Amino acid sequence: MPILSIMILLPVVAALVVATLPGGDPGRARIVALVTTLVEFGLGIMLWAGFDNGGAAFQFTENLPLFAPYLSWHVGIDGIALMLIMLSVFLMPLCILASWESIQKRVPEYMAAFLIMESLMIGTFAARDIFLFYLFFEAGLIPMFLIIGIWGGARRIYASYKFFLYTLLGSVLMLVGMLYMVGQAGTTDIGALSVYDFDKGAQFWLFLAFFASFAVKMPMWPVHTWLPDAHVEAPTAGSVILAGVLLKLGGYGFVRFSLPMFPDASAQLIWLVFALSMVAVVYTSLVALVQTDMKKLIAYSSVAHMAFVTAGLFALNTQGIEGSLVMMLSHGLVSGALFLCVGVIYDRLHTREIARYGGLAVNMPKYALMFMFFTMASVGLPATSGFVAEFLVLIGLYQTSTWATLVMTTGIILGAAYMLWLYRRVVFGTAAGDDTRAMPDLSVREIAILLPIALAVLWMGIYPKSFQDPMKPAIASIVERLHGRTLATLPTDMTLVPGLPATIAPAVPEIQASH
Amino acid sequence: MNPTFASIAIAGPEAVLTAGSLLTLMLGSFLGGDKTLKALTWVSVLILGLAGLTLIDDPAGTQLAFGGLYVEDSFSIFLKVLILGAGAASMLLALPYLAEAKTGRFEYPVLLMLATLGMCMMVSAGDMLSLYVGLELTSLASYVLAAFHRGESKSSEAGLKYFVLGALASGILLYGITLVYGFAGTTGFGAIRDVLAGQHERSFGVLLGLVLILSGLAFKISAVPFHMWTPDVYEGAPTPVAAFFSAAPKVAAMGLMVRVLVGAFGPMAVDWQQIVFFLAVASMFVGAAGAIGQTNIKRLLAYSSIANIGFALVGLAAASQLGIEALLFYITVYVAMTLGSFMVILQLRRADGSPVELISDLSGLSKTSPGLALALTIFMFSLAGIPPLLGFWPKFAVFQAAVAAGLIPLAVIGFIASVVAAFYYLRLIKVMYFDEPGVAVSSEGGVTNGAMIAAAALFCSPIGMLAITPLVAACGRAAAALFTVGG
Repeated sequence: MPILSIMILLPVVAALVVATLPGGDPGRARIVALVTTLVEFGLGIMLWAGFDNGGAAFQFTENLPLFAPYLSWHVGIDGIALMLIMLSVFLMPLCILASWESIQKRVPEYMAAFLIMESLMIGTFAARDIFLFYLFFEAGLIPMFLIIGIWGGARRIYASYKFFLYTLLGSVLMLVGMLYMVGQAGTTDIGALSVYDFDKGAQFWLFLAFFASFAVKMPMWPVHTWLPDAHVEAPTAGSVILAGVLLKLGGYGFVRFSLPMFPDASAQLIWLVFALSMVAVVYTSLVALVQTDMKKLIAYSSVAHMAFVTAGLFALNTQGIEGSLVMMLSHGLVSGALFLCVGVIYDRLHTREIARYGGLAVNMPKYALMFMFFTMASVGLPATSGFVAEFLVLIGLYQTSTWATLVMTTGIILGAAYMLWLYRRVVFGTAAGDDTRAMPDLSVREIAILLPIALAVLWMGIYPKSFQDPMKPAIASIVERLHGRTLATLPTDMTLVPGLPATIAPAVPEIQASH
Repeated sequence: MNPTFASIAIAGPEAVLTAGSLLTLMLGSFLGGDKTLKALTWVSVLILGLAGLTLIDDPAGTQLAFGGLYVEDSFSIFLKVLILGAGAASMLLALPYLAEAKTGRFEYPVLLMLATLGMCMMVSAGDMLSLYVGLELTSLASYVLAAFHRGESKSSEAGLKYFVLGALASGILLYGITLVYGFAGTTGFGAIRDVLAGQHERSFGVLLGLVLILSGLAFKISAVPFHMWTPDVYEGAPTPVAAFFSAAPKVAAMGLMVRVLVGAFGPMAVDWQQIVFFLAVASMFVGAAGAIGQTNIKRLLAYSSIANIGFALVGLAAASQLGIEALLFYITVYVAMTLGSFMVILQLRRADGSPVELISDLSGLSKTSPGLALALTIFMFSLAGIPPLLGFWPKFAVFQAAVAAGLIPLAVIGFIASVVAAFYYLRLIKVMYFDEPGVAVSSEGGVTNGAMIAAAALFCSPIGMLAITPLVAACGRAAAALFTVGG
């Protein structure tokens, strides 16, 4: 069964059905969207169940030369793609549920936009043709532009433009790089390109071209400024998808393209990535501390968490990459849940001002519990997924640069500071007004949205092996590809000194392949 | 067979169009004048179809007629199909508009057919003289069309402006032709090519002639810096005429430019490549930047067509078979996108019955007519070159050719220009989807227009990607014909 093609096409078909429902019936649109996303989740489970951890590198592959000569319909997944697809199909039904009551305007169009979004996300992760990847990667801008622009808040138009043009500018540079690569290697197959050895000088420029795109998507400091605007103005479910899945496209791009295709340039430019990550984690954490808008605060915390992902990926060893990938999954769940938590109280009071809340522990105990759980997960408390991720990233990073590790670790402290302070101001203390005091606790629908995420976070925190095992072969092949590349010289105290004092340590450390 | 008759047989479409235009002119004059507009339009479409039919059973390979003045090959056939299609669509889309504006004179389809005839001659020109005759026939018909609403000062102004500037450009072109004739001693494309290939040193006269010829042709495709007339003429001319200007003449002039540069001046590729490089970059940026401040849809689409010509020229700047193939693909998709956008605008009327001209008239269109708003959105995203819409792939193809030819800076500049251009295409979408309905706009117009919009939107939508394989194959055959002729 061409399960990946079905997963990509089914939401599009459902979107057409929803958009052409007679009379634009909102109720039926919601149900069609929910059923479709649940079916997608079921198909996702089938993928996971059918995925052989020790099997071929890429499974469920399909290759049709539909759009020759430019690209072919070539899809397939490895463990990394599988996990990110699972994340997408898991979050999607929850997004639909979260929009059940809060979206009242143009419901069929809204549901259609989300369904198309889902199709494009799955397509991005499943694409095995470099231009097919680009197609899905870019096309995601259209539904997100409409979601922010039509259903967003007061400054939605500014935010939607900024989101669209920023990410488009990054991507077109990558496209030039892709055209050059395909011209050189004579193939559009990602697998073949991953083992093609590009000229070292060309790698440098190609790396920067791809970096321009992925750094914006990630987003890395200093090109992160579109994210807070987009998050603040997007509707709750839009924020969840943005933080939960779209931000993962950048990290996925690094793993899929930059590391295996430009290994020399990656090893030479770790200083660039580390420097940007270090600035990001400290700067955006401090910015998050002073925010008065809850969504903005979580948006800045996302930038800080994504800095962990980039730092871990460019540690260029097994632990670092694995930690980054777990971080992507974990952040997808946790930040998604945090945006949903903000959405819950936003639906009641229609403001995101932190100062307008307080004392919610009294009248919303269930909410307080859920919010606390996700706050702790965001901080990285052991037994939550955040801990596993941060721990692995720091172990990996320590082997490459202790200085970077030192600075990144302060991010954890600052992260605890802004998240706990946010929690204290919103949930403890006294209520800011009578309307705050009168807010009802979580409804059954809201619990049904938040509880599955909480369970997944716990699962990933207590037994991460289920998520790591499928990804291991893919990570091993990337580390294999990086083996023996000359690393940029970094100020680090980890330079290996051989046992005999008579010999001098190698001036340039090499990456150790650890299996 | 007598060579004249054999030549006429080869020039089938032109023969049909000549006879057809004279016939429709007679029919219109003697059978009740303007009342026959609708019937005459359909007769004209039929004649264009007939002209297209004569292309079908043409033998493969290059055929020369009229002593080398006329060339028929896969390249000209491909472009003629496109020109005839765009011409027929331009005739049909005008019907409701002309009826509403009470200017439904029967000359409209006749003039369009004459312009189409001129364009067919342009893409089949094998000699500087037949080039000039075809170009002038098209231009003269176009000047009259621009001033078709002769009662309106804006329309007359557009016609006059177009005429004065067009005549100037024709003069420059003609001067270039005489210089080339003086220094190369011939006007035939093949002969010029042979002379140039035999020269060791390039004489300044030929170079000057090339520059002047290129300037004249750049005016016709409205490439920067010869674009100034475009926004004014589009704005002043009746909307269906502007739609026509943005499609078929661009195809013909582009085809002509390719044939002159690759066919006649092939040995001087190094020289004209830099000029085309500049035209491409300047057009992309001026087209993108100029459109940002516009409030009138027709002016916006005029700048959009300037920018698109710039993108298509990137394929020519590559000066390779791949580049020409990409250019043909680009221009094909461009015709569908631009005609589609104009047809949507033509479908709309304001509450007082006046045609929609301002961007603000479209506000909230997604609520009042969701179907048209969706179609225009598809055209806009497609023009902006966002995948998976079909409009992305021609851009992709021209830049692929540019990168393959080693013009990576051109590709980078071009993509950055496309981001700037995306800004104003997004503005139309923003107005339609994010803003509340303002001026009451109703959608009316014929079923024919609706069907044409639907077809164009479907073609530009992701479903159109399935057309890539056959379309690119056809473009490849057309481009190959040009390069085998040139040797």
